[in-house]
Amino acid sequence: MNLTLHVWRQKDVATPGQMVRYDAPNVSEHMSFLEMLDVVNEGLILKGEEPIAFEHDCREGICGSCGFMINGIAHGGFKNTTVCQLHMRHFADGDEVYIEPWRATAFPVMKDLVVDRSAFDRIIASGGYVSVSTGSAPDGNALPIRKQDSDLAMDAAACIGCGACVASCPNAAAALFTGAKISHLAHLPQGQPERKERSLRMVRQMNAELFGNCTNIGECEATCPKGIPIEVIAGMNGDFLAASWQERPPVEIAGAG
Amino acid sequence: MNLNARIPSGPIEQRWDKARFDLKLVNPANKRKYNVIVVGSGLAGGSAAATLGELGYNVKCFCFQDSPRRAHSIAAQGGINAAKNYQNDGDSVYRLFYDTVKGGDFRARESNVYRLAQVSVSIIDQCVAQGVPFAREYGGLLANRSFGGAQVSRTFYARGQTGQQLLLGAYQALERQIDAGKVKMLPRTEMLDLIVIDGKARGIVARNLVTGRIDVHMADAVVLATGGYGNVFYLSTNAKGSNTTAIWRAYKRGAAFGNPCYTQIHPTCIPQSGDYQSKLTLMSESLRNDGRIWVPLKQGDTRTADQIPESERDYYLERMYPSFGNLSPRDIASRAAKRVCDEGRGVGPGGLGVYLDFSDAIRRLGQKTIAERYGNLFEIYERITGEDPYTVPMRIYPAVHYTMGGLWVDYHLMSTVPGLFVLGEANFSDHGANRLGASALMQGLSDGYFVIPYTLGNYLASEKFAKVDETHPEAVAALAQTQSMTKQLLAIKGKRTVSSFHRELGKLMWDFCGMARNAKGLEHAADKIAGLREEFWKNVNVAGEAGDLNQNLESAGRVADFLELGELMCHDARVREESCGGHFREEYQTSDGEAQRNDESFSHVAAWEYQGPNQKPVRHQEELQFEYVKPVQRSYK
Repeated sequence: MNLTLHVWRQKDVATPGQMVRYDAPNVSEHMSFLEMLDVVNEGLILKGEEPIAFEHDCREGICGSCGFMINGIAHGGFKNTTVCQLHMRHFADGDEVYIEPWRATAFPVMKDLVVDRSAFDRIIASGGYVSVSTGSAPDGNALPIRKQDSDLAMDAAACIGCGACVASCPNAAAALFTGAKISHLAHLPQGQPERKERSLRMVRQMNAELFGNCTNIGECEATCPKGIPIEVIAGMNGDFLAASWQERPPVEIAGAG
Repeated sequence: MNLNARIPSGPIEQRWDKARFDLKLVNPANKRKYNVIVVGSGLAGGSAAATLGELGYNVKCFCFQDSPRRAHSIAAQGGINAAKNYQNDGDSVYRLFYDTVKGGDFRARESNVYRLAQVSVSIIDQCVAQGVPFAREYGGLLANRSFGGAQVSRTFYARGQTGQQLLLGAYQALERQIDAGKVKMLPRTEMLDLIVIDGKARGIVARNLVTGRIDVHMADAVVLATGGYGNVFYLSTNAKGSNTTAIWRAYKRGAAFGNPCYTQIHPTCIPQSGDYQSKLTLMSESLRNDGRIWVPLKQGDTRTADQIPESERDYYLERMYPSFGNLSPRDIASRAAKRVCDEGRGVGPGGLGVYLDFSDAIRRLGQKTIAERYGNLFEIYERITGEDPYTVPMRIYPAVHYTMGGLWVDYHLMSTVPGLFVLGEANFSDHGANRLGASALMQGLSDGYFVIPYTLGNYLASEKFAKVDETHPEAVAALAQTQSMTKQLLAIKGKRTVSSFHRELGKLMWDFCGMARNAKGLEHAADKIAGLREEFWKNVNVAGEAGDLNQNLESAGRVADFLELGELMCHDARVREESCGGHFREEYQTSDGEAQRNDESFSHVAAWEYQGPNQKPVRHQEELQFEYVKPVQRSYK
């Protein structure tokens, strides 16, 4: 099949970008979307032009590197599918395809389709962990965990941090991402001691990164390639509210001796 | 070259304890005075950087991806082994040690493997405490499964995403140290050279992949945890970015390369569909528990699977290996698939595929049970191929998956360059000539959480460090060399793309240094690769600029290194005149076509020493002692 692509090209974070039209001839239906772009890029290099920059790594839908808007929908809009797993059999000869980077204030465009998602790392660094240093762990079976709780934790922990939720949200909120980590740890006994502080710190960091607020639109859940349920946002809000209510200024404690 | 493995004396059960007592400690107040560089943020690098930060060292951690959470450990599906014996089915540290040495076809170092089995139990405890959501039974305790033909259930798993969950555990521990200011993370930064001063590793040269700026970073020790080099074959199950550059450039600075030819080819991957193919996707080995593998009896049979009657099918694994059948080990199953395809009996486009058929299992157990067991894998398969495995047999073919070879390290995980430590898949370490399923995650985390914190401390406490900074002549020279290589790559402006060279190299490697090798083919490939490398430096076309985010330039540097590594792999495979594990030499097989090891001449690690550009490297040997597990011929008949 032959396609026409309209791709966002931008030199760097400081230079304005624009849509540029490319032909993608002889596309095989067995190619992945990224392989189709690989072939276009090979042609560009041979013509002496710069290839289209896009992020990718594992190409099996788990590393979370890839992702952009295809015809206005994050990852192209196929259920539980990242762009690296999206195959060209879903397109038809003559299609015009619009490819744009994630758009959000908190995700500046670095080049073409590559955006800076380091805000996600800073949200995790603000509390998305259990404070357990290596070596201090009790036996793995010392603390039984209800299977249902463990399964719910796993559902939330499946997040790959791709950013589709932010890109799909009209408010550019990172609530699904942040809620997923809060929810993962809140379902486990290991996550309890720091549960309140975690929700306070992570939500505040999320706001400081200039992500928008959640208004329960649900685009995030609809486009999440890992099917993270929107309930995690409710869980996050519940934890944050409860923790805010009980928050007290830190008390200075004198050291021993 | 000194290949002293520094193995502690005494009974094997006590060696690690003895070593830990003998290792020198760094005073807690002094730890912050030491600077440590960790390159790579996967299971090995991420866990090492986090743990060293917790201990109080000043750590700088580098990764080429946009975030440390993306490292390719994330893609491991199956699970992680540990000798917990929670199932009361006869497992023990000794059995895990025994299975790993035997599975590695008696080409691994016994003492390292024993330590790996010992610390495996602590890994599970640590990960559970971090909140890794391992699969559980209804009683709330951890679930296990048997994996890769093991006779005990010792594999812990988190659905089909064990690697992801373990990596996120390490990543979160790392982010905690970043927040605490103990680790400085440099994502989108690629190591391009090692700085060696007075014989010690003292820093790296790295390129900022956003601005293109190349800088020197100095330290008291350097830890490489940069993964495997399977992408030398172009098509593999590795991530596109996985590369050999860090370990290769360290090799060129004096670190010996151990057993480069040991490559694991995984039997169950989705076959290639065309020339544009960019990578291969693994289908979990667990599918072989219920799927039956077959090809048509007749050559060139073009009928669809449902038109081939039972009497005209060859269930070749069941026929050749009746006691293990479809569950034969990875190396055996891969070679058998190649053999039937070479006979012209392969299926699918190009005849490079065999059927993995679930129709018997669906008849026996019902579609619902099969969907519960393998539903997500069937979905992945259908997404990629557009075929429904419930009604049409899957097509699978072997693909490069893991490299057992890597930089040579001693018991302390230190390379032949003092102060340069190598962890995880990047070292040659614990798997010998063949890695068992669910052992890679175990090794990465063992090295990072539980070995390097001790051995690195010993090194720092034992050595005196001269004060050096970026102005040291060695650092200045390494920086200049890296800058000039970048300029050179961009200046060639030839007629071929980087990928076209990479593809051609990959095909040579696959055809001549892949599942089956012979002397003539290996010599031919080594010659061809040398020629291809020469052409690369005259005729490659690298787009873009140096001072910019330039993925084509990144790729060019990596392919330049693969073009050198590929030749070394062919030399190593040529000299090893035996068949063992992932290395099958056609000249050395038994009368019924099985691998024939030669313990008299090759019970050693081959460690290659770099001699300069276009010079033949020198091969050294570390003899392997088998005091506990006596070498036997593996038989799966």
